[in-house]
Amino acid sequence: MEQILANGLYLGAQYALIALGLTLIFALMNVLNFAHGQMYVLGGFVTYTVYAQLGLPFVAGLFASAVTLAIIGALIEYFLFRPVIRRSSREESTMLLAAGIAFFLDAVILLVFGEKQRGVPKIINGVLNWDFRLIMPYDRILIGFLAILSIVSFILFMQYSKTGRAMRALAQDRVAAQLQGVNVDRYSMIGFALGAMLAGLVGGLLVTITGVNLGMGGPTSIKAFMMVMIGGAGVISGAIAGGFILGMLESIGLSVLSQYGDITYLLIFASLMVFLSIRPQGLMGKPWG
Amino acid sequence: MKRNQIIGLALFLFTVLVAVPLFIQASGRWDFYYTLTSVALLSIASAGVWLTFYIGRINIGQGAYALAGGYFAAIMVTKAGLSFWLALPLAGLFTAAVSVLIGLPILRLRGVYFAMVTLVLTEVARLTALALPVTNGAKGITSIPLPSGIASLSNVKLGFYYVAVALMIIVFAAMYRLVNSRVGHLCRSLQQNEELASSIGVNITYLRIIAYSISSFFGGIAGAMFVAISQSIYPSSFQVADSVNFMLNCFLGGLGFVFGPMLGTLVLYFGWDLLFQTGKYQLLVYSSLLILLMLVLPNGLLSIRLSSILGGRK
Repeated sequence: MEQILANGLYLGAQYALIALGLTLIFALMNVLNFAHGQMYVLGGFVTYTVYAQLGLPFVAGLFASAVTLAIIGALIEYFLFRPVIRRSSREESTMLLAAGIAFFLDAVILLVFGEKQRGVPKIINGVLNWDFRLIMPYDRILIGFLAILSIVSFILFMQYSKTGRAMRALAQDRVAAQLQGVNVDRYSMIGFALGAMLAGLVGGLLVTITGVNLGMGGPTSIKAFMMVMIGGAGVISGAIAGGFILGMLESIGLSVLSQYGDITYLLIFASLMVFLSIRPQGLMGKPWG
Repeated sequence: MKRNQIIGLALFLFTVLVAVPLFIQASGRWDFYYTLTSVALLSIASAGVWLTFYIGRINIGQGAYALAGGYFAAIMVTKAGLSFWLALPLAGLFTAAVSVLIGLPILRLRGVYFAMVTLVLTEVARLTALALPVTNGAKGITSIPLPSGIASLSNVKLGFYYVAVALMIIVFAAMYRLVNSRVGHLCRSLQQNEELASSIGVNITYLRIIAYSISSFFGGIAGAMFVAISQSIYPSSFQVADSVNFMLNCFLGGLGFVFGPMLGTLVLYFGWDLLFQTGKYQLLVYSSLLILLMLVLPNGLLSIRLSSILGGRK
């Protein structure tokens, strides 16, 4: 039991961090970022390159992942999403663009890093063993801790910094924020960069545990979508709740249902549909229509 | 029908039924049959996606229904010993029935919420196919016999081509009829404003389910037909990328035009094939072109007034 809870918490912290980036981009720009999973994979590969191949410390790898993805995110927003949003008459066009970007990042990752599964050496050795009730490798604990630390600092940043306030205002009401003198273009770009950075950061964190390969992008995006739907799109607390709930469900499902094969996700999806039919806007989302 | 519409229709039928086979025979490029058959089948599935667009929903879950239809037909043919020609419509009915069950809760969602949940649906269909015993897991169902009529033909590819094209013509004729009927006009009212439509007495729940189940029916028969051609099906036969492609086909062809999905499928599929020359840069070039296209024409191919050119075609 303790083991399941600990696994769920550890998974949930990672998931919440992925969902946070996705929901931030959605809240600010009303863009469903299909390429989020690919950004996550890219972050993993950057950390892999810096830490495993160049032999620099792990923190440097994480930092490089975050910075690379932030720059890529900012460029994507400035050169691609901004002109398309300005000129298209339907909001669905951004989805097409995002899908194109997802394919593009896949192609770039394939050309630069290849399609092999990559892993990095362990950052810390040893296993925490509490009376055989809870067994957890130290590196997982560290990664979980780092993820929670990132979530907390992200919340603090959004809550108390000027940039964070501006972004929250933007998410609440774009026109009103503009009237109050918020530079909408600038903060959209910062927001997109921040969302991409979070994806890269999780990629960098998780490469130490699961490794990284090209095929992980799509499934990761899908998990992120599920979390965002559980919590409610565009709501930060919802993304965190969704992440922890999915992590917990997955952890419980995998241990309880293991003898029935791979039906955990089927059950999660079925319950998600029942849940959405009762509460279409998710746990904390704003109702619409 | 106006006169130029009839001429356009005749021209189109002549092209796909007579001119293309003659051209292929003359040029000796037999592989074109497979390509064109795929285009015809993919455009059927895309037509379903287009129909859900028509009621104002972004559907990225068509892959799930194509997979379900494919598995249903495969199981019917191999395990129950049914004729494929009976299994094909049954597969469509099966997916339509499934889509009613799934559609009832999820059609209440809108915009990106609906898009997200349908995307998840595609992944869940794949996982279901992996997990259920009847679908034979990752090994899939293989060596499915060819449909009885086609197996005896001397040229199997040509047989499949005609069947697929006939299916495509029926589907698009049905779509055209549907869109220009009373139900079609009501669907358009859903696209614009559901509350308003509901307030003047349109049964929106019923209409949404009808449109969604027809859409899934198309997905199901397209999937079943693919199974007959490839004689095998695996959980990875239709995945998220396929669902996204169905959506892209519709966007590219244009959402305001019934024959948009056909055009979009043709352009995207042939574009992808032509880029085969670029070798390992295929995906890179393809996605760059896609992004460029969005930058230049954010509203799809339709925005260069293609509708007026093609409007006279049928």
